[in-house]
Amino acid sequence: MGESSTSDRTRNIDVEMVMRALLVILAVVLLVDLVRRLVTGDVTISGVLVLVKDGLMRGLVIGLAGIGLSMTYSILNFANFAHGDYITAGAFSGWATTYTIAGGFGSAANIGSLVLVGAGGSVFGGALGINTFATPLAVIIGLLVAGAFTIVLALVMDRFVFKPIRDSGGIPLLITSIGLAFALRYSILFVFGSGTRGVTNTGTLPGIRPYFIDGQVPLTFHDLVLVVVAGGLMLGVHVLLQFTKLGKAMRAMSDDESLARITGIATERVIRATWLIGGGLTGVSGFMFVLWKGTISWNDGWLLLLLIFAAVILGGIGSVYGAIVGGLVIGLTASTAVIWIPSGFARAAAFLVMILVLVARPQGIFAGRSTA
Amino acid sequence: MSDEEKGYGQSEEEQRAVVMGIDFRNDGYMLLTLLVAVYAAYLIGGLVIGLPFRGLMNQIGQLTFWIGVFAMAALALNLHWGYTGLFNIGIVGFMAVGVYVTGIISKPVFGSGTSAAEIGGLGLPLWVGILGGMVAAGAIGFIAALPALRLRADYLAIVTIALSEIIRFSLLSDSLSKHTIGGYTIGLGGGDGVILDYGDPLEQFIRALSFPFDLVLGESGWLWNEVYLGILVDFVSNYIPNNPKPVVDNFAYAAVLLVILGIMYALILRTGNSPFGRVLKAIREDEDVTNALGKDTNVFKIKAFVVGCALMGLIGIFWFGTQGSVTPNTFRPRITFYVWIALIIGGSGSNTGSVMGGAVFAAFLFQGPRYFKNIVETVLGNPEAPSSFGQAMEPLLNGGIVEWITASFLFTLDSIRQLQLFLMGIVLIVLMHRRPDGMLGHRKEAASSIPLTRPLKRSGGGDDAVATDGGEDQ
Repeated sequence: MGESSTSDRTRNIDVEMVMRALLVILAVVLLVDLVRRLVTGDVTISGVLVLVKDGLMRGLVIGLAGIGLSMTYSILNFANFAHGDYITAGAFSGWATTYTIAGGFGSAANIGSLVLVGAGGSVFGGALGINTFATPLAVIIGLLVAGAFTIVLALVMDRFVFKPIRDSGGIPLLITSIGLAFALRYSILFVFGSGTRGVTNTGTLPGIRPYFIDGQVPLTFHDLVLVVVAGGLMLGVHVLLQFTKLGKAMRAMSDDESLARITGIATERVIRATWLIGGGLTGVSGFMFVLWKGTISWNDGWLLLLLIFAAVILGGIGSVYGAIVGGLVIGLTASTAVIWIPSGFARAAAFLVMILVLVARPQGIFAGRSTA
Repeated sequence: MSDEEKGYGQSEEEQRAVVMGIDFRNDGYMLLTLLVAVYAAYLIGGLVIGLPFRGLMNQIGQLTFWIGVFAMAALALNLHWGYTGLFNIGIVGFMAVGVYVTGIISKPVFGSGTSAAEIGGLGLPLWVGILGGMVAAGAIGFIAALPALRLRADYLAIVTIALSEIIRFSLLSDSLSKHTIGGYTIGLGGGDGVILDYGDPLEQFIRALSFPFDLVLGESGWLWNEVYLGILVDFVSNYIPNNPKPVVDNFAYAAVLLVILGIMYALILRTGNSPFGRVLKAIREDEDVTNALGKDTNVFKIKAFVVGCALMGLIGIFWFGTQGSVTPNTFRPRITFYVWIALIIGGSGSNTGSVMGGAVFAAFLFQGPRYFKNIVETVLGNPEAPSSFGQAMEPLLNGGIVEWITASFLFTLDSIRQLQLFLMGIVLIVLMHRRPDGMLGHRKEAASSIPLTRPLKRSGGGDDAVATDGGEDQ
């Protein structure tokens, strides 16, 4: 599919040019409107800043989770629809650990309720006083467990679900990953129940509320933690892929797998490394997302998945920077869209941006820079 | 149904209806055997357990309904994926558009009559609504197709699923829930959904069928009053004395669905064998070659996509239109996933396979687990199940192995609606590993209009067969 004849290609480029022009015009119109409404006092500067901060935080989570999706997409050549449920699985494994530790291994509450992250309202994270400031050890160990568990999950699932049909092409793998996504999501639902529960105690969480021109912009300790963890991991991945042989091997593989194998790259080992890095980041992003927003639910990851796809495609599949930038753009879109449109359409706006980008620039904004 | 047997491009051997090593003489027998087996399993299961006759009949009626719905949906998806290679995972969005538009067109006008609905409709006849729903689903498909069909298959997948979620968010949105336009108070109802108070579709359908009889007999609704209520329902009341009409309604509606399924099957089969259908199959095999042969593949893809979307809208109307009301959160992507499993079980590319896949999915994966739960609960006398996984596991801590097994069994049974989605996921993975072609996918119809297989060996004709091979071994 795709470019097939000269006339077709010219037309495609025409459509892309038109769409790009439309996108630019739209952006200008929205900016002018924003300035107008700021001047007339329809929206406040601090109000916009709150939305921007919210969007950036969301964007960090999306970007962090997107790195893993982007890597497997470029190296294994398929869109992994189970990625969202890896996020949920990581979050639940990590929070089960955090609950157990913060609950004193059963001394503060029934051990079963702790392990099941308070299923059915049996125990609340707020009551256990969980936050990064009050119970740092529980949170840090939970974070590590979330990463480790998701790595193991990703490797095991790759071994039994994806490896046997590795060579059958992108679409059969995609369909298989949808099956895996449902199996994972509904087994999580079966064990942990369907309730959305609050997991953190925000009362004892330190935060500042600086006054900025016309209102307060609240910042909490968890915003800072998210920035530090996500930023640190992103930097680490960058260094890993840019300056090690593994990164070079990954880039080679995403360009041409058979060629990479011929030159002596152990492709299966690279694939394992991909799942390892991607899975770890995914699990951590799931845990951090829950820590930051303060609630956990069985379909958190699934609801995030399409936004992550949007970010990865926006940034260009295979590009780590692309995933990060794409994540920030999508996060900002979803959260600042409410300035112009009803809040029910915020998520729809992010999807629309993705569709527009697919049409206007299918190769993404960081095209051609695989895993770099 | 034997028409598909004449499909070209298959050797005599491959054309045979062979499933699981059993050779059926043709597709009709194969389908019939499958259905007989399914119904026998349901009937025997119910009779052995001693399910009340009414309950059993309700189950059978429901089963028929699901078979009809899933077989139709798989057929429509086959037009997208099996014929044209369009990877559409936004099916549920088109279904939602179909049923919502039908509702808005055919609901009574706001404030008229006894309707207590929050929002009104245009008050037009139901058939106008159904037509409108199909047109709207097709139109949304057209808008989506214009930019999206240029994309790679996996991008199209992401675009279509995003579109179906955008549709769901729009239905949920407060800002579109209620408006007064041109004197009509209409809207999408927001999170509360739309009450489909346009009267019983089955009654309207039979009354419409009754029109020629009414002309002759000078009555109104003869077929409904005299035949349906007077003879059919009256006859069933011999066996189900207490309020037999809902049971008969179930069966009659399911029977109507099966008839429409038959029509749809015949139409799609005809489309598939027409020059139009052959171009679609050629696009699936190799779009560049088709383009090089002078076919504007984009136009063909858009047409196939729009027709399939309109059919999905129609199926949405049949599926949800009789439930009295619809809410946006019914239309989650899991329904798309159901249809895909049905198609993959049957084998994409084959119409008979799609119908069989729909039937197998409805009988064993969709309705089966619920029926199983129903039967076991009847046997056990509706026991109290633990309300959470934690409670089910609690006996493990107190050392009661037997209690633990009982509790976890009851909890598993109680959460069968969630677990069946888990099961479907596993089935999909196993299918993709073991039988990616499904039951009949190996009979994928070729795009050519002349047979590509070697002619039967004639005496003395040794090597000339190679020339008619077309260079490609099917």
